[in-house]
Amino acid sequence: MRNPLSDVVVDIKPSGIRKFFDIVTEMNDPEVVSLGVGEPDFDTPWHIREEGIYSLEKGRTFYTSNSGLMELRREICRYLHRTQGIDYDPGKETLITVGGSEAIDLGLRALINPGDEVLIPQPSYVSYEPCAVLAGAKPVVINLKAENEFRLTAQEVEEAVTDRTKLLILPFPNNPTGAIMEREDLEAVARVALEHDLIVMSDEIYGELTYKGRHISIASLPGMKERTILINGFSKAYAMTGWRLGYACGPELILRQMTKIHQFAIMCAPTTSQYAAVEALRNGDADIAEMRTAYNQRRRYLMDAFRRMGLECFEPYGGFYVFPSIKQFGMTSDEFATRFLAEEKVAVVPGSAFGASGEGFLRISYAYSLEALKIAIGRLERFVEKLRGEGRERRNPECT
Amino acid sequence: MREELLAVIEKNSRIDLKELAVILGVEEIDVVNEIAALEAEGVICGYHTLINWDKTSIDKVTALIEVRVAPQRGQGFDSVAERIYKYPEVRSVYLISGGFDLMVILEGKTLREVSSFVSEKLSTLDAVLSTATHFILKKYKDHGCAIAQKKEDEREMITP
Repeated sequence: MRNPLSDVVVDIKPSGIRKFFDIVTEMNDPEVVSLGVGEPDFDTPWHIREEGIYSLEKGRTFYTSNSGLMELRREICRYLHRTQGIDYDPGKETLITVGGSEAIDLGLRALINPGDEVLIPQPSYVSYEPCAVLAGAKPVVINLKAENEFRLTAQEVEEAVTDRTKLLILPFPNNPTGAIMEREDLEAVARVALEHDLIVMSDEIYGELTYKGRHISIASLPGMKERTILINGFSKAYAMTGWRLGYACGPELILRQMTKIHQFAIMCAPTTSQYAAVEALRNGDADIAEMRTAYNQRRRYLMDAFRRMGLECFEPYGGFYVFPSIKQFGMTSDEFATRFLAEEKVAVVPGSAFGASGEGFLRISYAYSLEALKIAIGRLERFVEKLRGEGRERRNPECT
Repeated sequence: MREELLAVIEKNSRIDLKELAVILGVEEIDVVNEIAALEAEGVICGYHTLINWDKTSIDKVTALIEVRVAPQRGQGFDSVAERIYKYPEVRSVYLISGGFDLMVILEGKTLREVSSFVSEKLSTLDAVLSTATHFILKKYKDHGCAIAQKKEDEREMITP
């Protein structure tokens, strides 16, 4: 048989997270505690689940329109109006997708001509680069820096722009670093985008999980709504990962093409999830506030723990991740994470899984109860001490 | 800090003060002072433990009693409520809107103990017009905690 596979697909590297997932699964050890998840530990609030159940009882089990329930699109537009002051047309500028991830894929496919360059700041979520490649783009990575708290600077964009650059992906609040972009950071980047006529794909899935002021969308800045695809969803804010529901808002010109792909590839997002999401947007603000408070407490707990054990970490103000540096131990993040798992049975994700600039860092998720975090942090403390002991022995072998 | 502090210790009054300060992002001394102030102001009224007595060898019977009361001139329901809540076996007394006036929650060792309290002490009060006693058969959720199940983490160990 001839090679049945697509070269483009075969050439895509498997996710660095996958490898770790396989090791943990293979260990199958009940002692293993994980700090490796990228999803909330909370259940979807009951009133939202109940609305999903009710929609099933009522027999609402049919396709919705391709763009999604009009009722839901209206609620999304109201939400963006009240939180960001941006006005989108629910009919022409809003599309309900299967998670934010589908919206990322659609946006890239709708915009890219072969060879167009897409700017991808890293460390960031694992799917931007492969999706860009699948869409025929040339991904251009911008390596974010710890000394900038992993924020994207205008200068970094400026340096990466060429005359083929079409799109800038803006992944903030960021997974895996927890970095946010504040107003002045966004204004600087927006100036570059306007100057070079870039489209911005702003992935704001963690927007509600911001612990310093309120999240600001770049689409709310002057002149930016016209050139921004705003992506958000229900997974993180409402703890609805398994419902697979997200959305994209943006200029009609782009949304029409995204909707076309969505219509052929997906048809429509899950109907049950859409009904539940209407309830989430109408009556879910208090749930978000409560979860945000809990995450913030855990975030403070971790930052304090790192300070005490001498792990360098900038203070992240978004998402549910902290991104401490392990450079002092003279090993790669992969080696650190592998040994930490083998010796202390704690699963964390090496920063390098999110791009080369994540090397030397760990992604630690705090989508866990404080009790669970305490156990894991106790083990981290012991491991760090052990590594320091080994370091001393290497330096002074006669003392052993 | 006050509201967030109360929300935390309402769920876990045994939390270490140092840890409480860390998660609230303030100094330990501020937490100590704030708790002292809350106690002095009577905002914090006590620290209790939520116990599932069904899992022990001690038998307890809990009853919810709806009480209809003739309000007293100049005092409304307060004086009769006080006469009722002074009994140590009475756990809670609430003034209620709707078809009756006071909700009395009573805890006793046996059915007989509870029923004799109702028939001998409660319904004999002059102001009490009628009572309706409901015994609790099973507790599903108490103080915001589901009694029955402990939830396992069903998430995948590693996800992007």
